Amino acid sequence: MSRSTLTHPVDGRFGAFGGQYVPETLMSALRELEDMWHEAKADPQFQLELAGHRRAFVGRPTPLYAAGRLSEHFGGAHIHLKREDLCHTGAHKLNNAVGQALLAVRMGKKRVIAETGAGQHGVATATVSARFGLDCTVYMGTEDMRRQSMNVRRMKLLGAEVVEVKSGSKTLKDATTEAIRDWVTNVRTTHYIIGSVVGPHPYPEMVRDLQRVIGDEARDQYLSLDGKLPDVVVACVGGGSNAIGMFTAFLDDRDVVLIGVEAAGKGIRTGEHAASLVGGRPGVLHGSYSYVLQDGDGQILPTHSISAGLDYPGVGPEHSFLRDIERVEYVAVTDKEALAAFKLCTRLEGIMPALEPSHAIHHAGVIARELGPGGRILVCLSGRGDKDMDSVDGG
Amino acid sequence: MVADAGRAQGALPIKTKLANALKSKGGDLKLVAYIMAGHPSAKRSIDVGKRLAASGIAAIEIGIPHSDPLADGPVIQRAGQAALQHGMTVAGALEVAAGVAKEGVPVVLMTYINPVLAYDPRKFAAEASQAGVAGVIVPDLPIEEAEPVSGWLRSASLDTVFMVAPTTQPDRIATICSHSSGFVYCVTVTGITGVRKDLPAGMTEMFAEVKKHTSLPVAAGFGISRQEHMKALRGHVDAAVVGSAIVDEIDRAGDGVALVRELLKACR
Repeated sequence: MSRSTLTHPVDGRFGAFGGQYVPETLMSALRELEDMWHEAKADPQFQLELAGHRRAFVGRPTPLYAAGRLSEHFGGAHIHLKREDLCHTGAHKLNNAVGQALLAVRMGKKRVIAETGAGQHGVATATVSARFGLDCTVYMGTEDMRRQSMNVRRMKLLGAEVVEVKSGSKTLKDATTEAIRDWVTNVRTTHYIIGSVVGPHPYPEMVRDLQRVIGDEARDQYLSLDGKLPDVVVACVGGGSNAIGMFTAFLDDRDVVLIGVEAAGKGIRTGEHAASLVGGRPGVLHGSYSYVLQDGDGQILPTHSISAGLDYPGVGPEHSFLRDIERVEYVAVTDKEALAAFKLCTRLEGIMPALEPSHAIHHAGVIARELGPGGRILVCLSGRGDKDMDSVDGG
Repeated sequence: MVADAGRAQGALPIKTKLANALKSKGGDLKLVAYIMAGHPSAKRSIDVGKRLAASGIAAIEIGIPHSDPLADGPVIQRAGQAALQHGMTVAGALEVAAGVAKEGVPVVLMTYINPVLAYDPRKFAAEASQAGVAGVIVPDLPIEEAEPVSGWLRSASLDTVFMVAPTTQPDRIATICSHSSGFVYCVTVTGITGVRKDLPAGMTEMFAEVKKHTSLPVAAGFGISRQEHMKALRGHVDAAVVGSAIVDEIDRAGDGVALVRELLKACR
């Protein structure tokens, strides 16, 4: 299958997945957004501006780092980390937020809203709002405000209003539902900066386009080492934006194995997890058809993960498609395993990963032991772990 | 569910029971009451539904609770959460609908798409029809995503009601009207369900535009709760849907009948 058939959604769908399951009130805004995004994407001036902000504001390109001591620890396979933790504000989320803020300005929208789980997307949105002079409101669940309190303080300092969401499980799902309700009400003046490759079309495609810089850079950087590609590329998957950003560049490299790592929480069998692709079935959540954790009656289930950024019952529709065509393999890693990987990476490399990519690092270790010396593994280190101090101490 | 928004749907039955019940006669405004199935319990929602059905309304909307109701405000969201906590299911909501439908007033189910998909849309359509349901409204199913679900609903002789919003572009209105059966639902406000003091001034232009494209009755909903709202709507639309205000009464252990009677005074 060629790149074009994989990456261009038809009628807003990746295979059977995606679509626009939203109230009629939003349909004209989605149509406008789709038109504006395609126009901006094709506009050299917009691309030039975006490239400038990526260079001077986000801090791109981010380095590719040879994790020598982790490699040694896991039996000798070569492990490289794509350092998205070195992006300004500490995670890959800013890649998307900068692009969508430029688009909001282009559309003449003065107010932006966002949902956030770990707080990284909220911080990224608050940051670009400060940078571009936009009013910013961020929806965040009570439970996440507790475990990511530092990011709440950062958002407030950046001038954003943080709205506490007390409904449902008080995490990312409920924050997203509240943000969509805000958008339904204020759609004429407001742009909704969704933080992942989820939501109604065109969001999954647009956020993918803005995040693919991760994989485009990493593939070039990896090739420049010795002219060869990695055997395996690993990234964590909540909604799945860092993973799609990384995988897109490698989709046509049929020999490169792509693995998405979901949060198994306390274990898939306990039901306390957030692994939509491993443990869910297709349904509609937040405007698109994709794998969802739901009960037999179509009610969305509460999720659990030690990592707030993966604690989400849905996943981007393109991941569902890549799963079903078996181009990407999806696995799940527990809280305990992710915590151990967090500590290992911190001690061995002097790099403190966020709990989200710690899931990917754990699985990279599993693969490294299978491949042995000479194996080649690329991991997306999607963000840094300062925000997770409280969770790690508690764990 | 491939987009087929442009497909002509000339064979739709216009004169359904629902359409007849909601069509304004002699300039009066019909009233549609909304309740949430299972709020506060299955038994009580049937009782309340029956009492409302006997209070002079033209149709009753019964909501199926959903964990993530994107189009609903806090009152209906809370009612849905309470219903789910008390064990309400899609099958249970169909039983509530069957109980209320016995009174003879047309019953319209309001449900988000995921419970329907999870239940199996064909089974849902067949059982809703068997329960005596007249039509279905799915607020997160725009016309682009309507098929194949709305086809299955139609095959079971259920009306499928689509919505027009204040943000709907003029070129979509005709297409939405051609997809709709039973009635066309005009969302009065840019936003979610819930009581408002005033309705937007520009809404009558939207109603007039919709009327140009359909002979179906046109109903207005969202934010409607007062006699003044009824007066503002009368003559412009065939019917008004009152939701959150009634659910709020039920929250306070009432049944909304007194509110309905008061509102009906302003409908003629």
